[in-house]
Amino acid sequence: MKVLTLNFLTCAVKDCKSSNNSFPLHPKDAELVYDDLEINPQLLVNVLPRVDWVALRTTSTELGFPELPEQPPTVEELESDEKMLQDLHKLLMETQIMEGKLVCGNCGHEYAIREGIANFLLPSHLV
Amino acid sequence: MEYLIRFSQSHETFRLPEIQALAIIEGIDLKVISYSLESPFCIVNLPSEDAAKRLIQRSILVQTIHELWGAGLTLDDVHAAVRSKTAHLWPQYASCSFKFSFDSYQSSRSGADKVRIINSFAYLGFAGPIKMSKPDQEFILFEDWILDSTPLGIPDPKAYFFGRYFATGARDLPKKLDLKKRRYISTTSMDAELALITANIALAAPGKLMYDPFVGTGSFPIACAQFGALAFGSDIDGRSIRGEGKKTLKGNFEQYGLVGNLGSVFTADLTNSPIRKMALGEGGEDGARGRVFDGILCDPPYGVREGLRVLGVRDPEKSPWIIPKGIEMYKQSDFVPPKKPYSFLAMLDDILQFSAQTLVDNGRLSFWMPTANDEEQEIPVPTHPYLEIVAVCTQVFSKWSRRLITYRRLPNAQVDPEAMKARDETRELLGKTVDELNPFRRAYFSKFETPMTPAN
Ligand SMILES: C[S@@+](CC[C@H](N)C(=O)[O-])C[C@H]1O[C@@H](n2cnc3c(N)ncnc32)[C@H](O)[C@@H]1O
Ligand SMILES: [Zn+2]
Repeated sequence: MKVLTLNFLTCAVKDCKSSNNSFPLHPKDAELVYDDLEINPQLLVNVLPRVDWVALRTTSTELGFPELPEQPPTVEELESDEKMLQDLHKLLMETQIMEGKLVCGNCGHEYAIREGIANFLLPSHLV
Repeated sequence: MEYLIRFSQSHETFRLPEIQALAIIEGIDLKVISYSLESPFCIVNLPSEDAAKRLIQRSILVQTIHELWGAGLTLDDVHAAVRSKTAHLWPQYASCSFKFSFDSYQSSRSGADKVRIINSFAYLGFAGPIKMSKPDQEFILFEDWILDSTPLGIPDPKAYFFGRYFATGARDLPKKLDLKKRRYISTTSMDAELALITANIALAAPGKLMYDPFVGTGSFPIACAQFGALAFGSDIDGRSIRGEGKKTLKGNFEQYGLVGNLGSVFTADLTNSPIRKMALGEGGEDGARGRVFDGILCDPPYGVREGLRVLGVRDPEKSPWIIPKGIEMYKQSDFVPPKKPYSFLAMLDDILQFSAQTLVDNGRLSFWMPTANDEEQEIPVPTHPYLEIVAVCTQVFSKWSRRLITYRRLPNAQVDPEAMKARDETRELLGKTVDELNPFRRAYFSKFETPMTPAN
């Protein structure tokens, strides 16, 4: 599970959708691996406007990365900032949660991640 | 300038949507001058040869593209057109090596005929060496013959086109991704050629985020990754993603050297999706914020081989113990959440609603949907106020056919709020039982299974 993907995911429980606490999900006991991938600036620039920056800052800190700036770079800033591109590439694209859990801050439900694949299926009392 | 596209004469209804999508991806102004489903020859107008090369470089259904020198109903017409329009081009080819070939659709020419026709082009004044393999230039006379012309005694094709070859489509890609050589597949894996065509029509491209919510063994994400996109997928069946041993979805990406283009795959039910969504109508300022995907493409389950299922309990009153048991057991790692049958039409509607909520402006949804051949059994193309239908392509089998339906996410400002209200009301009418609202499943079983039982 890439950190980028985590920024797109919230709790699957319908009652949690309206709560601000259900996003982002919080990694717990996360085992990280780093893939060595070629950087794709075009992709990062395309992705930037879709990233919820506040949530990304939370996730980044929770995973032990250095704190991200308070404001996201603009697309123009990102295009010309080699270091920012590298940092975001590493965080969003190369970092994977292989094992662990994702916890909803609203209902406390824990979604297991095994072999990099998160499981969002819900038991019947939660659907 | 006019160019002649030589299509493959297969998947005919997919051909124009594919090149029109490629024109959007490449930002090329494409005008179709003449086209017919019955012919592999199509005349288009394009700004330049370079644009024409870019247009077709990843096309699955374009075989080749040619500078069009002349077209006509008779060979004399062709000569007249070539003489009047292309004389200024002839000197460029006066001394290079070249060859003349024939592409006679639904027929062939005898050697003597070929020589006679080639000689009729002598006025071009090409004096360079003739090379049958790897010539500098290849000139081709295309002939569009009626089927069975020879037995019918028809001496001439119904149309001719004469052009200079300069580029070939992506015909090697279906071979590269061929299911027969893919490490991990299942009975419902999508054929490589059709998966690639779908990825083209859904506008997969470098830097874009594509998603398949019914990912299975990953055929669509693989095709999207092949075109440089970052591909995501999910499936209600975690086993289909995990596979076994080395046969896994990720293993397929490894096999093709595309791991860098694999986003994430996860286990999820589309009707209880964890993907963050935005209420329709909100967040339109820059057309994207809050909406994640550039394209969504899928082959949803239609409940023929196995009933369509979503999370939940079929009949909580008849089996009241299921929910308490779930509460007790769900934290165990081997817990399998109960599933219930679901209506195919409701699922289609869920896919449209999900796509409207998660696609960026002008992002595309392309999905496959079966439809019985029989008029009565036809399932109408589903609609949604936020999605404009772009193309409906049909693949016909002997006993049934299926369609690839493609939509474009409209910017909020172009959507009528009243239409959305009406839609929500119709949605209520979609029932909950399987057969009642799964016309395809019903038709499939009544049509194809009954004849198997011998009638006495
Ligand atoms: C026709 S197959 C798709 C195959 C895929 N295109 C491939 O190439 O392997 C449909 C898939 O949808 C999955 N599915 C069924 N119900 C689902 C649901 N409610 N949510 C998500 N996926 C579901 C099935 O497990 C199956 O893998
Ligand atoms: Zn929750």
